[in-house]
Amino acid sequence: MTQYMEFEKPLAEIEGKAEELRAMARQGEDMDVSAEAATLDTKAKAMLEELYANLTPWRKCQVARHPERPHCADYLKAMFTEYTPLAGDRNFADDHAVMGGLARFNDMPVVVIGHEKGNDTKSRIDRNFGMARPEGYRKATRLMDLAGRFGLPVITLVDTAGAYPGKGAEERGQSEAIARATEKCLQIGVPLISVIIGEGGSGGAVAFATANRVAMLEHSIYSVISPEGCASILWKDSEKMREAAEALRLTAQDLKQLGVTDRIIPEPLGGAHRDWVATIDAVRKEIAAILVELGDMDGPALIADRRKKFLDLGSKGLAA
Amino acid sequence: MNWITNYVRPRINSIFSRRETPDNLWTKCTECGTMLFHREVSDNLNVCTSCNHHMAITPRDRFEALFDGGVFTEVDVPMPIADPLQFRDQKKYPDRMKAAQKATGEDDAMLVARGEIGRTPIIAAAQDFSFMGGSMGMYVGNAIIAAAEEAVKLKRPLILFSAAGGARMQEGILSLMQMPRTTVAIQMLKEAKLPYIVVLTHPTTGGVTASYAMLGDVHIAEPNALICFAGPRVIEQTIREQLPEGFQRAEYLLDHGMLDRVTSRTKMREELIAICRMLLGMTPPVAGDLPAPDPEDASAAPDTPAVDAPTT
Ligand SMILES: [Zn+2]
Repeated sequence: MTQYMEFEKPLAEIEGKAEELRAMARQGEDMDVSAEAATLDTKAKAMLEELYANLTPWRKCQVARHPERPHCADYLKAMFTEYTPLAGDRNFADDHAVMGGLARFNDMPVVVIGHEKGNDTKSRIDRNFGMARPEGYRKATRLMDLAGRFGLPVITLVDTAGAYPGKGAEERGQSEAIARATEKCLQIGVPLISVIIGEGGSGGAVAFATANRVAMLEHSIYSVISPEGCASILWKDSEKMREAAEALRLTAQDLKQLGVTDRIIPEPLGGAHRDWVATIDAVRKEIAAILVELGDMDGPALIADRRKKFLDLGSKGLAA
Repeated sequence: MNWITNYVRPRINSIFSRRETPDNLWTKCTECGTMLFHREVSDNLNVCTSCNHHMAITPRDRFEALFDGGVFTEVDVPMPIADPLQFRDQKKYPDRMKAAQKATGEDDAMLVARGEIGRTPIIAAAQDFSFMGGSMGMYVGNAIIAAAEEAVKLKRPLILFSAAGGARMQEGILSLMQMPRTTVAIQMLKEAKLPYIVVLTHPTTGGVTASYAMLGDVHIAEPNALICFAGPRVIEQTIREQLPEGFQRAEYLLDHGMLDRVTSRTKMREELIAICRMLLGMTPPVAGDLPAPDPEDASAAPDTPAVDAPTT
């Protein structure tokens, strides 16, 4: 059963009624509800289409953070074979907020790295809600280095509110770990493809998304700061997150226009959480297409391509 | 690429930049509250002579004290598109920019220059915390790329003085993109085998720390500088406990292995000269090596303002 977001309340009522009717019918009451339920279904679909045709930036933030959205672990299961997790930063710990290892993508060996938020209380705590510590970034750096040396493409799946703001994380060099991961992204002579599957939160996302191609799911977001954080600093009122989400231009559509995102991957009607299979399949197709596109480039060309992509991000703007 | 075609010939700026002695001849130390004679403080590079607190210093004042004879040539930085996101919060971004430009007399939050320190040719870049909190937007990205380019072209080390609250929110994702962008600039220096020395000053936080400020060959910080990714208030809200004394300060980071050295601003120049010359395989610096500023030429001398008797 779907968890509805606040803006979906009218939809929840209609879908709830349809569900109730069907439940009554299942209990063997002698009644034919199919016609009535179908009418409600049609109404719900129309409403869903209308709601999702013009999601405001703040609503997109809510969809991007929806707890039932497919997460990194779900993509690992459905999109790859032979996933072989590789753990640890060889320094301090293994950070469970970051998943990563060897796997096959359409039979091709690759390195895959991603943030995992968890899907229930226990796993969310274990994954630290997808907020990585320095160990997570250092594990990613190590895996990217491995990929570079063995000529394996790297696929990163970005889904984090940001790097973890904690005492130990700071003491162990959160900044340095992020900077080194970003640096490593720029150094490896293999295709690096990044897909923002939910939230791309600030520096914690950059460390994985300094890629040849950055693709974003239709309702994912990527931002320098959360709308709530921005609102509390610039508006001095964290309740102004709608205005902040608007101003920050954090939607996939705005980011495409700014040249930060290369591709937008369409989501099923009502968001990725309503149809995992279709979502993951769309992501798979996009990654396969990008791999073909990058296929002709050798190591130095891939490095040069990546550098150019980011150097060019000093002359962009909505008006340009 | 745009940052090459936009490159404009550097101009000699330092001799036009001397500021008037402020009317108020007294400065209050922001830390210990001692009233200090302004001249005394500026001669001591804005370090309190009473408690050694390092107060903010503008890039221009820093460069005048850093470069031999206070002479440096400014390296031009291409201006990016103004207000790329048409950002509106309670104020318009262009209005905030105009106010900051008026208050500081600078284009944006970073100054780049070339010159010599102890007869060692270098490129220096300094971030200006007084300009919108030193925040990193496309201009700062352009400045670091211009600095790296100039260093590679002239085969000189780059010394970067960082100071920033983080990324500039009003440029949204484009400010965030300066993290990878400046990392590319640092890679150019490394490939050219040129030293990149970062001097971290108070405060250096957020995306700035998590990119070019933590990628130096040598990291030196000024005493007690706050250096962090997430600020102490954010952490206290997250973990709901009191942070230890001196947490995220320069000395704390030194203890935790993130810095090479913590050095007083008044000793910094000497130390930078020594490190650069050793890394470049140059002869030791000679004492008295420096060209003495000509006392007759007030426009070029670093510190010859006429001093009036204190009024109180
Ligand atoms: Zn003092």
